[in-house]
Amino acid sequence: MKRAFPILALLTAALLSYGLYQALVVAPTEKTMGDVQRIFYYHVPSAWTAGVLFFVNFVASIVYLARRNTKADALAVAAAEVGVVFCTIVLVTGPIWARPVWGIWWTWDLRLTLTLVLWLIYVSYLLLRRFSTSGQTPVLAAVLAIFGTLDIPLVYFSIWFFRTQHPQPVIGGGGSIDPRMLHAFFVNLVAFTCFGALVCWSRYRLEVLRREVEETQALESLLEVRNSR
Amino acid sequence: MTYLYAAYAATWVIHIAYLGSLVRRYTRLRKEIEELAKK
Repeated sequence: MKRAFPILALLTAALLSYGLYQALVVAPTEKTMGDVQRIFYYHVPSAWTAGVLFFVNFVASIVYLARRNTKADALAVAAAEVGVVFCTIVLVTGPIWARPVWGIWWTWDLRLTLTLVLWLIYVSYLLLRRFSTSGQTPVLAAVLAIFGTLDIPLVYFSIWFFRTQHPQPVIGGGGSIDPRMLHAFFVNLVAFTCFGALVCWSRYRLEVLRREVEETQALESLLEVRNSR
Repeated sequence: MTYLYAAYAATWVIHIAYLGSLVRRYTRLRKEIEELAKK
């Protein structure tokens, strides 16, 4: 993976550039919303990537709880942190789209509120990991992550089962969409997923390295204390 | 178009800021590794 990383990074950069070109130039302008609809090509893939990363965090947390595998714990931290970045983008681009279309930046709609709750759960997960000094922190964080994941299906299905202001899904929801729009959407979906995976991998490597350095520093301190006696 | 550019710019500003924070953390760790290697 270490050798393939630069090639994968270049391919992802090319895919993101192609996705940007598709979203801004090739995809036709939507009739009712106009150009502001193009935010959809970044908003939805960001939400998807955040969901995938939170799911990775969920699986890694279960593996950690079952086997006390420290690498699974490192992956859980990495996925949660990168997931929060993508979820932040969802919460920023959504209101920028809503302002010209709805006339308001924010409304306490079920989908929006649950997404904000999801973001808050994972921010609290990261704060717990950052500031707790207890030896049980990884266990507590893993339990929080498992309960936090329960919010993901609620976010997804909220627009199916409740009357919300958030737009209903066009893809897979019975609506029709121009093939060029669909192409731009899927290119960005793949590009954002690859980008999220690469950033998560980098963060995972950083976490593993940080733990190794901390362990070495702790051993050094112990040896210094022993030698001084 | 202003809202569209604002959304796309915000997306990349957030990503670049996060990638910058990762690079800073890597640099700090590398320095710590070098210090450990000197001992």
